[in-house]
Amino acid sequence: MSLISTLARLEAVSTGRAQPAATVRHRHLGDRPLVFVPLITAGEAGAPLGALVGTDRDAPRLLVVPQPRDRDLRFAFLADLADVVLPYVDAYAEVVEAAERTETDPETGKRVKVEVDLCADAPQLIVPSRAGIDLVRLLGRSMRFRRTAEQDPEAPYPAPPRVPLLGRWLTHFGERARVPGSSLLLAMTDVLGRHWATGQSSLEDQHLGALLAWIDPPEGMTGAEAALKAELERDAQGQLTCPPAGPATDPAFDNKLLAPAIERYDRARTALAAAEDGLEADERLGALTSAEQEIRDLVHSRTRPTWDAVWRGLDLLRELPEGAHVEERWTRDRWSFTGHRDRVLAGEPPQPRRDDAVTAANKLATREREQARLEAQEALDDPLVMAGRRLAGEAFAGEVTDVVMAYSDGKRPSPRPLVTVRTDDRPHLGERTKVYRSLGGKPQSAEFVADEEDGACVVLRILDKMGRGKEPEPGSVPEKGDRVCFTLFEHEQRGGAKLPDPEETPWTHGGPPGEATLEAADPVTEEDVL
Amino acid sequence: MPPPRTRGTALRHRLAELRGPDVPAKALDARALAALAANPGCARRAILDGAGVNKAALASALGSPSTFGQSQFALTRGNAFEAKVKADGGAELLRLVHEKLDRSAEPPADARVPDLTATGPQGRTARTALELREAAAHPGAWTLLDHPMLALDVAGSPAFLEPDAVVVHPDGSWTVVEIKSFPLLDGSADPAKVGAAARQAAVYVLALEEVAARLGAEPEGRGAQDRVAAPRVRHRILLVCPRDFSNQPAASAVDIRKQRAVTARQLARLTRIEDIADALPEGTCFSPELPAEELTAAVESVPATYAPECLSACELAFHCRTRSRETGAVTSLGRPVRAELGGLTTVEDVLAAARGEAGDPDDPAVAALRRAAALRAEALEAACR
Repeated sequence: MSLISTLARLEAVSTGRAQPAATVRHRHLGDRPLVFVPLITAGEAGAPLGALVGTDRDAPRLLVVPQPRDRDLRFAFLADLADVVLPYVDAYAEVVEAAERTETDPETGKRVKVEVDLCADAPQLIVPSRAGIDLVRLLGRSMRFRRTAEQDPEAPYPAPPRVPLLGRWLTHFGERARVPGSSLLLAMTDVLGRHWATGQSSLEDQHLGALLAWIDPPEGMTGAEAALKAELERDAQGQLTCPPAGPATDPAFDNKLLAPAIERYDRARTALAAAEDGLEADERLGALTSAEQEIRDLVHSRTRPTWDAVWRGLDLLRELPEGAHVEERWTRDRWSFTGHRDRVLAGEPPQPRRDDAVTAANKLATREREQARLEAQEALDDPLVMAGRRLAGEAFAGEVTDVVMAYSDGKRPSPRPLVTVRTDDRPHLGERTKVYRSLGGKPQSAEFVADEEDGACVVLRILDKMGRGKEPEPGSVPEKGDRVCFTLFEHEQRGGAKLPDPEETPWTHGGPPGEATLEAADPVTEEDVL
Repeated sequence: MPPPRTRGTALRHRLAELRGPDVPAKALDARALAALAANPGCARRAILDGAGVNKAALASALGSPSTFGQSQFALTRGNAFEAKVKADGGAELLRLVHEKLDRSAEPPADARVPDLTATGPQGRTARTALELREAAAHPGAWTLLDHPMLALDVAGSPAFLEPDAVVVHPDGSWTVVEIKSFPLLDGSADPAKVGAAARQAAVYVLALEEVAARLGAEPEGRGAQDRVAAPRVRHRILLVCPRDFSNQPAASAVDIRKQRAVTARQLARLTRIEDIADALPEGTCFSPELPAEELTAAVESVPATYAPECLSACELAFHCRTRSRETGAVTSLGRPVRAELGGLTTVEDVLAAARGEAGDPDDPAVAALRRAAALRAEALEAACR
């Protein structure tokens, strides 16, 4: 945490309200995000208990597993989830626009431009907290290797038709969420925490209710009071009035309300199975339905506050103007979405349990590159982020006090003007350190020449973006009196060294992965929990 | 005239007084010890745990109830899984120990599974020690101790610990087995949970090492050359978890040397409970029966070192957090915050220094703060324009 954000947190403590940690919105928010508020059963590896899901804040779809240990009921839940998520994803997969991509021509080995489809927009999944992202990944893993009856008539416990496909999509969302700056799958606590500094620790910021209480406390309360209320207030039954955002539930809820309700449901089901005639069965079916309804009500009562909180968070985020580079990063998300759409359409097998060496190295390289890109772009988009970089000596801003025209040596002298900038910042500049400024959205580079007046003035030599002529193009060289901001970090990230194709993997890294084989489904046993 | 008390019984008596009349002591388990070792400077936690005070009840009585609790679903599932792992005299468990830790040994068959039941923790501890000595007398055989009991001296008072299992290898070495119900998915598990399990296991290893040292030191009534060498406690423990989404056990050896070293050091550093108890005013008592004001005063008489990490480890954390916030301590925002603020420890001091109202401008921390405040103000102003 930089000193600037620490200061913002301290100000939040003293004012009783969260303070801005960003002046623009650094993540893309779609017009129609799909909000997903899941709950799981304690102690089971991601056995879902229920969820609220949908794109309409007033009409969420409630999905419930009345007995989480029952495989059929879990499959029914996943099939219902697929019915909500897949049509939503498909709607984005259909609308495409033409785009260009450089590819290596397999025959000539040259880099050529090819015209391909790019989805005009991409779906966006929003979960309440970071644990929700982990659950999306886990659900994806649990479903993508399942076999449906159509794929494998012999499979024991075949999955409902669209469940494996949902698993592949959720896996893709989960993987993409690991790429810094991506917005396909967002955790509300992370995004809010990026834009506001609260008067509590980042650990406590993981509680969505408390975080929102700091950002937008109710009338007449300080953030601290409202956050404490959100964390601890319990009703007469001993239940938290602001239930945890999940996917884990409060143990008091499990023990006092849920467990008895599930037990009643189990009893009603056993009774129904033992019914001897139609009349008795009718009556017992009624009892079963009401027992199921009771569990549905319970799940709804725990998810609805979180659902509303997520939408309130979205409202708050939409009040911030979008950062200038957000659109560009979203385009990368669209490429990623289009790529996965194409892999699914081409009938490729689901993502493997373990990546081969080349894929894994590529993923890591992508994440590193995107992290650097995100840091640079956030600083360029947002003066508050830039302030942090300036404090760290990675950028400096100031007024141009002098411009002296100079030329490079050589046959065709090019302009290399010397610019003096007066600044209060203390950048870490060494001899000929390269610095960059944004000129019409493109980076212009300069190099450090000398500092004057004990570091208060910096002399730079501008190196490029001045046109081909002897005289620099108008506007391409700062003028006396201009405010400028130079960074020591590059604005655009260069890709690293290219990795070999997977077929060329050297033996040191396990050799070529061989033919892509369809990985076996997880063996199913009687006691499987998911 | 009462018989003269030894130092040990005097302390026990003093701790019982602190707990309050007729309040049973709450056993200090490995999880609590690992958490205690994570915040060794906290005298409050040390004395409350050492005296066996039920901190959850205390927190409720103070008006800041803790949020800890275990869901019965998790409990049922955990117990069912453990029972499955230990079924058939621990055949599956021993197979896993053999496969993961000791492949060169004879495969386990006809392992000894002694009965460890006894009355009271002291009785069970003695029984466990007896069976461990017995196992040492049977070289070449596998022995499984199901839920043994170990004693560890923590800051001057004994803590009784119950590992899930301890296995004695044919070569006489001992392995701690930890059974957890979080899944091992495609060969990897949640690192935070594995870390917690490793810290817990490290406490068991430390306790076992004490037992081993005592075994090695026993003269057995014969010449020094007949002494048994102290058995080796393995520093790789076996973590058993459900595989993927099934209920089948999967195991992994976890090296806990680092956790063991850290825990041993922290336990040695723990302020001695005796010294804390001596520093308390006469008549201090933490019984949850007392009125809230008296309890608050009693709790306040022991200093605490609160940090946000306490929230996930200590029942009193909400109480301590309120106090920490009331005094404006910057640590309530996280330990790293304090590190970058130099000698400034309260929120108001920091803000005053940042505004230029207080503080020495030559102090690098103050200078950096003023610079940060100016940059932040400038950026916010630029954004408003």
